[in-house]
Formats: sequence, structure tokens, C-alpha cells
Amino acid sequence: MTSLTVKEALSRLRDGRLNPQELCKQCLRRARKLTHLNIFITQTEEAAHKHAEASAYRLSKGNNTAHPLEGIPVAFKDNFCTRGIRTTCASHMLSNYRPPYSATMVQRMQNSGAVLVGKANMDEFAMGSGSIDSIAGPVKNPWTLLFQNTRQRSIANRQSACCRQNAPKDAASTSEELVVGRRGMHTAATEDIQLESASHRLAFVDDSDWLVTGGSSGGSAAAVASGAALVAFGSDTGGSTRNPASYCGVVGFKPTYGLLSRHGLIPLVNSMDVPGILTKTVEDSAIVLNTVAGHDVYDSTTVTDPFHPVQLDDKFSLDGIHIGIPKEYHAPGTSPDVLEAWRRAADLLEAGGAKVTEVSLPHTQHSITCYHVLCCCEVASNMARYDGIEFGHRAKVGESTEELYAATRHEGFNEVVRGRILAGNFFLLRKNYERFFLKAQQVRRLISDDFRHVFASGVDMLLTPTTLSDAPTHSWFTEHDNRTRSEQQDVFTQPVNMAGIPAITVPAALSPRGLPIGLQFIGQNFDEQKLLSVAHWFELNRDFLPLSLDFLDNPRRPQCEPLDQPL
Amino acid sequence: MLRYRLLGQVYGYFSIRQLSSKVPNKPTWTPVDSSKLPQVKEISRELVDHLERLSLVEFSNEEGLKRLNDAIQSANQLYIVNTDGVEPLDTVLEDRSLYLRKDEVTEGNCKEEILSNASITEEDFFVAPPGNIPLKKTDKEYKGKLK
Repeated sequence: MTSLTVKEALSRLRDGRLNPQELCKQCLRRARKLTHLNIFITQTEEAAHKHAEASAYRLSKGNNTAHPLEGIPVAFKDNFCTRGIRTTCASHMLSNYRPPYSATMVQRMQNSGAVLVGKANMDEFAMGSGSIDSIAGPVKNPWTLLFQNTRQRSIANRQSACCRQNAPKDAASTSEELVVGRRGMHTAATEDIQLESASHRLAFVDDSDWLVTGGSSGGSAAAVASGAALVAFGSDTGGSTRNPASYCGVVGFKPTYGLLSRHGLIPLVNSMDVPGILTKTVEDSAIVLNTVAGHDVYDSTTVTDPFHPVQLDDKFSLDGIHIGIPKEYHAPGTSPDVLEAWRRAADLLEAGGAKVTEVSLPHTQHSITCYHVLCCCEVASNMARYDGIEFGHRAKVGESTEELYAATRHEGFNEVVRGRILAGNFFLLRKNYERFFLKAQQVRRLISDDFRHVFASGVDMLLTPTTLSDAPTHSWFTEHDNRTRSEQQDVFTQPVNMAGIPAITVPAALSPRGLPIGLQFIGQNFDEQKLLSVAHWFELNRDFLPLSLDFLDNPRRPQCEPLDQPL
Repeated sequence: MLRYRLLGQVYGYFSIRQLSSKVPNKPTWTPVDSSKLPQVKEISRELVDHLERLSLVEFSNEEGLKRLNDAIQSANQLYIVNTDGVEPLDTVLEDRSLYLRKDEVTEGNCKEEILSNASITEEDFFVAPPGNIPLKKTDKEYKGKLK
């Protein structure tokens, strides 16, 4: 039941085949079974039951139109303020913070009948790309379960094992085979695959190793992938929604800057932050977007233009659509699996009637450096509000205000946050301001202009990879520090934030290891209609099976059988 | 054996694919010649004290200092981008005027809610220790080697 899409669930809820309380209970039960994945920082079970009950009552009254998401369980990343519910940003600094108001996104979802089931885990203050730097501990990718599950099963049933992989890196694990079940055989190119360049990412060091979700909205992506919620909100500053969506095999949508309100979303980089939507399908993203988009008096950076709801059509034709393949998005380190998925998708779209051409965004390779300078600068400014006096953690120091501030911030922030504040203040020093901050803002314009030029030349949208590879293992990810990993992980996602344009990642294929690979469509400002239409076309024509953990509800059932109904 | 398998895959790949993909076969980035980049100046004791005072957080250890060094080194790569005559981009909404609502009170009477998140309050006030006292200079181990 928790593998339902929003669209299916809405239809069942409305005709009475499903009731909100049952759906809510199932999601909460799924989350409880998966507590070891660390998806949530706070679960809001009690409130969820109450809201589901209210939903059920309203549905019984038969007034559907006022509440377009009646009874749909939703998770919010823990950097969205929720009235009376602890909002921590995964930081010790806010571990006791209960906002006196709700973020506009939260409010609009609740007004539309959605049921809040929990606050999702993340990297502290959304700084990271692995969801491993959190006071609540790291988030584990639900696809890890597939391997653990399949591995156990394979011992009993060898003949179903059709793909074998060695783990060459670690002597202790060479004897241990990782066996991918039928689901993993879904991609086309699968014989006995031994891709050395990529396999190290899946060489589990031991049983305590697992796959990362990506980040920083890892908990939100894991919640949707595992069925602990049907929708989740993340935030997207440099790819924080799209990166984990790609690793967890779900749709991750970053709308145009200015379309969704940031009121109550605890800021990281004000000039780039947008709320992100995570769902199982593009259609679901459109449904949620239509519910929450539009001007908000509490956020002056939301545009006042009227919002036209996105309408998706299963018969949408690619005729006349021009899709650009930016050649700079073949970055060094892109894995062969991702390239293969990218090529296949480009060919699929071309065969479907779109015009596909190579285009150039010449400043792409400098984007990540530029992003990091701007990010640190805005972080240094944004984090100044945390002083321990009005809210948040307060150190037990009373000598002077300055000493209190310093001690509070030292205790409250992790070293990643502290490092970015220090670097930001370095770039902003009077003697460095021009050389680093203004320079980065100039490069930002060049990157933004690259997109403008390519769209002005008649290209409707771009198709690129979302991440360099499929989900890496925790042991591989932690070989380098947060800064290094962020510079690698956000390479395809942050240019979009620099320009403010919308982008959506759609699961495109399973890698030979049976893990999802996402591809990113990049659209033009406020043209969500076209972007989502093409993404939806792609979703209907791609070759991908989403994760289903429904076997958890009934352990006696065969554990790798296909979904009850295709999504 | 492995080579044979890979070859088999390559042939299989060409026979399956009928269209010529527009995705480039090789990475397209231009390698950056690091010798042409500005060198990171040695981080001085004075700079460390200054940044810590501005940031009100500490570097904590030598790793923290290295982190700053790496961040500067990485940022130096922007040096090779030609930005002559390019206007800095502050916000992507620069071509619009931002919405300002009327300067009217729309909500209020939330004193208790606002105060409820403070660790220490007295009557209706937030409480702070004495101000205008400069931060004490600290002599931590990681600063020992700095000039």
C-alpha cells in the first residue's frame, strides 16, 4: 500500500477503497520497521493520527475540491519550521527549537489535507551531499535493504542469482559475494559484469557498511523511496533535493527560484535556496506543485505573477521539442553506467520525435568552485543569527556576551558548518572581497548567461546526468571530507541553482549493480509546464522498476517479486 | 578473460544501438594548470585570530586550518576565468521588482511564543551577559606553529 503513488492513493481515498487513517498507519508502520535507516529525526505519530482522522471525516462529508491532497502522508525535511514540532536542522544548535509558526510549504500542504508523518533527517544545516553529518546519525539508503535482503535469499536460492560481483578492495570481503536479484537484472546490459572502475563503490567493507542516500535531503528521499511517506519536501540549494532523489530512485524536483515560498525554510544560501519536491512520479510532483506554488506575502522573493497549474497529458508529443545535450556535462569521473543511461535516454527522446543536439555551456566546469565561494559567504552571514540568546542552544557561560556567543556557536555547530563560516568570512574580508566574492558573482553571471544563450538559440530544455554514479557506499564516501565530496557530488546540480532555473531528476535506469541512476531535465524559468511534460513522457517510456519494500509487511512472501501494480 | 568479456560487451553495445548519441565520448573539461593559479599565502596567526573574532567560532585544530587552506586553494581556480566587464549577479530576480507588502501590523500578541524558545528569560526580557567586553585571546595548541 505504501508503494502507491499520490495519484493512485488520491483516487482510492476519494472512492472509499482506502481510508486516510489506514494509509497513515501503514506509512508509520513502515517507518517504524526501518528505524535503523534513520530516515526521521522526529516522527509525528500522534499528530499524524489526529490529522488522518480529520481527513477521514472530511472525506466522509464528500467535499473533495477544497483539499486536493486529502489524506496524503507527507514528510518534511527538518529545516522546514513546523509549529510546535521540534525543528532541528540536524544540529545541536537547534536541538530544542520549537518554532512558533509553520513554514508556508507546511501550512499549504496541511491546508490541502496532507498528513505530516515526520521531520526527515538531513546534513546539519543542509551542508553536505551524503546525509551523514547529522546529530541524529547518518541516513541509510533503503536500496541497501535490497542487497541485504537479496543476499540472504540467494543463499537459499542460488539459481535465481544471475549477477555476481566481486569486492576486490577489501581482503575480508573478497570471499563474500554480493548477489543481485531479479530486480537488479532490469537493465539491458547485464552479463557477468565486472566494471572495476565503478565496483569499488559497492564493495561493502563489512555488514556494518551500507549505501548513502546522497544529500542533503537524504531523509526525505529515503522516506519516499521506502514508502514511509508518499511525498516529501526537501530543500535545494546546490542539488540537495536532486542528488538524494537520484541515489534513492525517486523523482526530485527543484522548481524555478521564486515560484515556491521559502518562508519558514531555515536559510542556507538565500539567493539559491528553493523548496524541493520528492515523489515517486513526475505526475505526483506536478500535483504537489499545483497545490503549493504561488506568491506568498511572507516571502518577497516569490513572484506575484499568477501561477498556471501544470497539466500533464499521457499523450504528450515530443514533436517540435528541442532537447540540448550540454557537452560539458560529461565531467571527469562520470561513471560508465551513468553515461550509458544518459546516451540511451538521449536516443529514446530522439526516437520519440524530439530534436536532440549537442550544445555547449562553456563555464560549467567553474560552476562548482563559484558555488562554494558564494555558499560560504552567505553561510557566514546567515549563521550569524545563532547566538544562544533568543532561541536554540545556549552555552553555560556568563562572563560576557561575546564569550557566550563564541561558546554557544562552538558547541552548537559541527566542524563542517564552522569551516564554512570561517571560509566565508575569509572571502568577505575587505582585502579579499573583490578577488573572491565579487569574482564569484561575476562567474555566476557567466554561468547564468550560458543557460540564457542556449535557451535563446531555440533549445527548449537540457538533458544531463544528475550524479556521477549510482549510490556510493558509506565507507567509500567517508574516505574524503565533506568539502571534497560536496565538490564532486554537486557538480551537475548546482549550475541550475546559480541561474535559478527549474530542474527535475527522474530515475532512468538501474545500474548493473541494481541501483537507480537518475537523469536531470533542466528547463526555462517558470516553464514548469514544458519541463514536467517532457519528464513525464520520459517516465512513461523509460525502463525502470522502483524500489518496493512491501515484502517487509509480509515476510513470508517471496522477497524479490515484482510490484503488484506497475507505477 | 575480462578483456574478452568487455570486448563482447562493446560489440553487443554497437549492435543494439541504432542511433548515434549526442553524448560526447570523452570528458570535455579543460585541465587547469595549477602552476598558473595564485598560490595560497601562508595562514598567519593574525589572520586566524581575526577570522575567529569575526566568526565567533574556532578553528579548533590543525585540520580546521587545513580546511581553510583547501577552500582558498579551490577558490583560486576562479582566477583563470575571464570576467572583464562582467556585472556581478546578486540575485536571479534582478529584472523584477520585489513585492513589498504594506507596512501594517498583521499579527501580534505572540510574546509568550517568542520568549518560549529562549533558555533564560526574566519577566518579559531575553537575558544576555554583560556586553562590550572583547573576546579573550586564546592560546590553543593549533595556533602554536603559526607566524
